Order: sequence, then structure tokens, then C-alpha cells
Amino acid sequence: MSERIYIFKRFERFWHWTQALLIIAMLITGFEIHGSWRLFGFKQAVGLHTAAAWALITLWVFAIFWHFTTGEWRQYIPTLKNADAMFRYYVLGIFTGAPHPFRATQLKKHNPLQRLAYLLVKLVINPLVWASGLALLYYPAWHDAAGAPALGSVALLHTLGAFMMLIFLIAHVYLATTGHTPLAHIKAMITGWEEVE
Amino acid sequence: MKPLRGLAGLLLAAAFAFAAHAVEAPSANKAKGSTADHGKFKELQGPFASGEQVTEACLKCHTEAAKQVMATRHWTWDYANPATGQRLGKKTMLNSFCIADRSNEAFCNACHVGYGWKDDKFDFTSERNVDCLACHNTGQYAKIPGLAGHPPYARMEYPPKSGKFVGPVDLAAVAARVGRTSRETCGACHFYGGGGDGVKHGDLDSSLKQPPRKLDVHMAKDGGNFTCSTCHQTESHKVAGSRVAPTAADPHRPIVRGEQTARNPATCQACHGDRPHAEGPGAGLVGSVGTGTRLNNHARTLACQSCHIPAFARGGVPTKMAWDWSTAGTMNAAGKPFVKKDARGHVVFDSKKGDFTLGENVVPDYLWFDGRVEYTLVADRIDPSATVPINRFGGSPRDPAARIWPVKRFRGKQPYDLAHLTLLVPHTAIPDDTALWFNFDWDKALAAGTAAAGQPFSGKFGFAATEMLWPITHMVAPKEDALRCAECHAREGRLQGVAGVYLPGRDRLEWLDRAGFALAGLTLLGVLGHGALRVLTRGRRKENGK
Repeated sequence: MSERIYIFKRFERFWHWTQALLIIAMLITGFEIHGSWRLFGFKQAVGLHTAAAWALITLWVFAIFWHFTTGEWRQYIPTLKNADAMFRYYVLGIFTGAPHPFRATQLKKHNPLQRLAYLLVKLVINPLVWASGLALLYYPAWHDAAGAPALGSVALLHTLGAFMMLIFLIAHVYLATTGHTPLAHIKAMITGWEEVE
Repeated sequence: MKPLRGLAGLLLAAAFAFAAHAVEAPSANKAKGSTADHGKFKELQGPFASGEQVTEACLKCHTEAAKQVMATRHWTWDYANPATGQRLGKKTMLNSFCIADRSNEAFCNACHVGYGWKDDKFDFTSERNVDCLACHNTGQYAKIPGLAGHPPYARMEYPPKSGKFVGPVDLAAVAARVGRTSRETCGACHFYGGGGDGVKHGDLDSSLKQPPRKLDVHMAKDGGNFTCSTCHQTESHKVAGSRVAPTAADPHRPIVRGEQTARNPATCQACHGDRPHAEGPGAGLVGSVGTGTRLNNHARTLACQSCHIPAFARGGVPTKMAWDWSTAGTMNAAGKPFVKKDARGHVVFDSKKGDFTLGENVVPDYLWFDGRVEYTLVADRIDPSATVPINRFGGSPRDPAARIWPVKRFRGKQPYDLAHLTLLVPHTAIPDDTALWFNFDWDKALAAGTAAAGQPFSGKFGFAATEMLWPITHMVAPKEDALRCAECHAREGRLQGVAGVYLPGRDRLEWLDRAGFALAGLTLLGVLGHGALRVLTRGRRKENGK
């Protein structure tokens, strides 16, 4: 018999899904601005991208505040303990029907690989996208400063961040289906309740 | 009661409107708003036998006018460019259209603001030689090529031997109706440079006399109804603005009425300022969200004209894009000179002039330009193995005075001296026994032209490919027709060839894009493969009791 535990609180779920929507919107409009495809038209793409950027920045400010005031930031303290077990599970155990090596609790809601991946997003991808994006937005304010980098190098960093985010998104969406049933994690992210075996 | 009162008010308003209209309606003889009706001056009653006599009458009241005109390039056709040190002016400059003025003065100088300049004996100090009417007529005045700046005083055949005739100008009638300059008077020369309507500039042709709003938002009757001098503000007959020494960047706020300034009043920024797009609330803080701020930020890189003149020659008058003089002199099967026209009746070949390429609705070329123009002059050595630039525009991306400008890039093929390696001045337009258009003999034409220009000529000549740039600044479209972002922010966009800026949508690092999308694709394949394996092994898991 399985039991249910409350893992994702209301703000956390709101933060997650709003962020998901904004990031997907920014990937679509961002790569249009980059010239990879045409969808909304350049002007609309720039407008949407910028508006989504400000919305996401606002959301992040609240999320950072939330993480520190609730102590939830500890969820991302990296650990390699049992990381190898998780890795073996994804490569092998998941096909043979081996039991999931990680059991979520309210104090440890992420498995070791998740911790690493989300920490990477929070410490590398987000700051990279955020800083380079703001620099692009306020380009006229700094381009004449002595020693200012070329616009092209800032754009390169922003594009690099975008590709990292895109790759993370693909992997993340798939791994969300690897709970004890394909929809278990996703349900938990919607309702907050995870069924644990 | 109420409806009745409304009706009375309406009637009253209509009566006032009618009265106001009746007061404002100018008589045909009066320039709008002028305090003088020149038709009432007995000095202007005539009769006048020549243009000079009209000028003498004008100068009785406007005592300083001729002196003012004589201090301008409209009179001297001579200009020392302080930025480059070059001696310029139409008198001596070369182009790739009719090539040069020298030896052809009686023809070309129909567009001089004077009477009688047919050779180097013209008296530049005689005030009566100034032509007031050329700029101040309000109609029925035309100077005809071949008459050295005079209008026809008697009925004459024009063009010569054409069987067509023009009547004499009624000088007294023209003098009685003088007024301010207009699109028509300025256009009489500036629309027809290079020998015909729209030939030279591409952004100036007769369609601007009564332009629709779509063609020119400033000059249209239902737009600003500007005359040329609304922007080219004139002081003591000195007209602001020049294509020889233009103002390429004017990063300032609008000029305030009465402000003492050395700025060129003919720039866009002189009226609109350098941040002309309306900025939303909070523009300083998070202003970059707003389109207005974003567009304003473009002004440090782009000339206004680059977005606001989507194409030139938009008024239905084609402009010449190329002129090949090397085929001039080619005769038809009967050995006679001939003319070829395109489907729309525009001349594309003339035995006198060679082959032309015409263009309408032409998308400009774009380049960095800081306002500095250097010309190839008659004494300058050229390299005929490459395209010879008739003029060169200065400016580089890093230069704070440079902007990306739209230009007409005109291609020519014109005679040069094989020994001296200089571009040559041909004698073309005066009916005599050496002019090209009447004898079709290049040797004679070049001998006579170079002699008049004081240019050495070895007798051996070839034809060099040349190129001439014309800044595009007129035919400003209404804002709804300004360029869409993706005209430039795209691969293969309008600014494809313009270096020195990172342009989102155009520029990227190939390897980063390739690596990024490849990795994303591999990740996708990986998870799809992993998912497929999970589906395939589902049965086995069930056997394990799950």
C-alpha cells in the first residue's frame, strides 16, 4: 500500500509552472530573435521576450526570498552519496523493474542527481542568462564605457545559456516521467502530493 | 428647444467658417501671406527685353539680394571643402552622368542662377547677371538648355531640329507674380539633374511637386505641405544642406525657435530631435521594455533615413541606376543615330549617350557614413583595373560621427585617358563640329572637352567602370510605412553587407548554433530512446512482479 506525502507547497508549485511557461516562451521567442525561425515577427518576439524576462526576474526574486526564508535552499546542497545508485537505476534498473533507489521525504525531496542538476541551473544557467540578458537589454547604457565587451560576446553568452536551458528542459521533461508511474512526479508537481511506495 | 439651439450654432459656425475662408483666400497675384503684391509695382510693369532687365528692376528695392546670391554656391558653382581640402563645385567636378560641365556650359548652365554663363568669360561680378526669377517665379518661367541660363525671349525650335517649338517667356507677367521658392522652382533644376526627370538623385524627381502622403509625408498637401526651404532653411540666400558635405549625424535635441546655433537646420533631428519615438512611462528605469526607447536607441547607429525611406524612386519616375557611355556613337543599320525605349516608353539607349539601366522603387544600399565625401577630380590618377569611385564616403562603425545611411549606388562606364590615367571631360552638348551629340566622334569630343577643362589628353582613351554614391534623404514615408524590424534583423536582410555591428537575427556564431542544436537533438534522441526501451521492457518488469 502506498502512502501520500505533501512535498511541493503552493508557492513552489506556482513558481515551478509559471517559470516553466516563461522559460518555454522565452526559448521560442529568443530563438526567433536569434534568427533560428520566424513565428511572431521580430518586433513581437522582442516585446514578448522582454516582457517574459521581467516577469521571470520578478518571479526569481520572490523565489530566492522564499528559498532562504523557508530554508528550502538546503534541498540543493549537493551530495554524491547514492548518486551512483541513481545513475545505475536510470541506466539499468528502470528497465529491469528494480526498485527506485530514492525515497522522497519533505526534508529530501530531490534525489542526488536532481540536486546536482537543479544546482547547476540555479548557479550557472540562470545567472548566465539573467546577467547576459540584462546586459543586452541595457546595451546602450554601457557600450561606450572603456573596456566594454563587444555586443557580440555578450550575445554569445546569452545564446550559450539558452542552449543549456533548452537541453536541461528536454532532459527534465523526460525525467519527470520516471516516477513509479509515468505521471507520478507530474501529479506531485500539480497537487503537491507524492505517492510513495 | 435644444435641437434648435444646436442647429443655430451650427449655422453660425458655418457662417464664420465661410467668412474666414473668404478673408484668407489669396488672390492669384499674391504670394501667400506676403505684404507686397508685386503686380502693383510700376517697376515691374515691363516691358522687359531680357532677364537682366528684370533683375535690375528687382535690385531697385532688394538692393542686397544679388550680393547675397553671389556669395553662394548656387552662383559660384565652386566650393572648397574644409573637411577634405578638396576644391569642389559643379564648375569642375566630375560625375558618371553627363560627366562634366566644362565646354558644355551653355547647355548645362540653364541650371545656373544667372544669365549668360556660356564659357570662362562669364562675369561673376555683375549683379544684373543674377537670375532672380529662376527661384522666385510662381510659374510660366523656364530656362532652356543651350541658352546659357536665359529663358527663350522669342519663339524657338526646341530641342534643335526636333520640329517642336517653345514660346517666349512673358517676363513682365512672371515678374508681377514673383513669390517664395517652391517645390516647383527648386525642382526645376534639382529634380532634373543628370539630364532628365529623376535621373541623378533617385530621391528627387517631379513626383515631389504634388506628392501623395505615401511618397513624402512632409511635402504632401495632406501631410506637411512643406516646400524645400521648410527644411533647407535659407538665410541671406544661403541654403542649408549639401550632398557634397552633408551632416551624417546630428545627435541633439530639436532646435528651438530663435536658438542661435551652428547646426544644420535641414537634418531630421533639427525638428525631431535624436530621440523622436515616444517613450512609455518609466522610460529611464525599465524603459527598454518599450518599443519607443528601443527605437530611439537605434539612432546612435542608424540615420533616420535608413528606416523611414523604405525605397527611392517611389513616385512613378524611374531613376538611372547605370549609364554606359562606351556604347555612345553606335548607329542603327542605316547608319543613323537612334533611340531604344523600354516597354513603358523610357529611353534605355540613345546613340548620343549610350546604354542606361533604370530603376523604380529601388531598395537602397546601406553603408557607414560620417558626412565626409572625397571626390575623384579631373587631375586625380585612377586605377582602371578596378571600379573607379567617383566619390568615397568616409565613416567606420567605431566612429561616433558615423551612422548607417541609405545610398543610391550608381554605376557608370566613362572615358579615361589610357596614358595619363585620368577620367576625361567630353564635349557633348553644344551644337558645333566637335560635340559628341552632334558628331558622334569621341576623339573630337574628348579633345575639345579636355582642352576646355585644361586637362592633358594623350589622344588614347578607354572606358572605365565607375561608381558614384548618392545619399538618400528625401521621399520620407509616413511612419506606418517605415521598415519592419525583420527587414534588417534577419539573415540576408537589408544590412547583410554592413560590418561592425552585432545585429540580432543576422549574426551568430555558426559553431555555437550547430553544437547547441546538435546537443539538444542528441538529448532528445537519448530520452526518446530511453523511453522506448522502457516501453519495450514493460512486460519483463511485470514478470518481476511489479
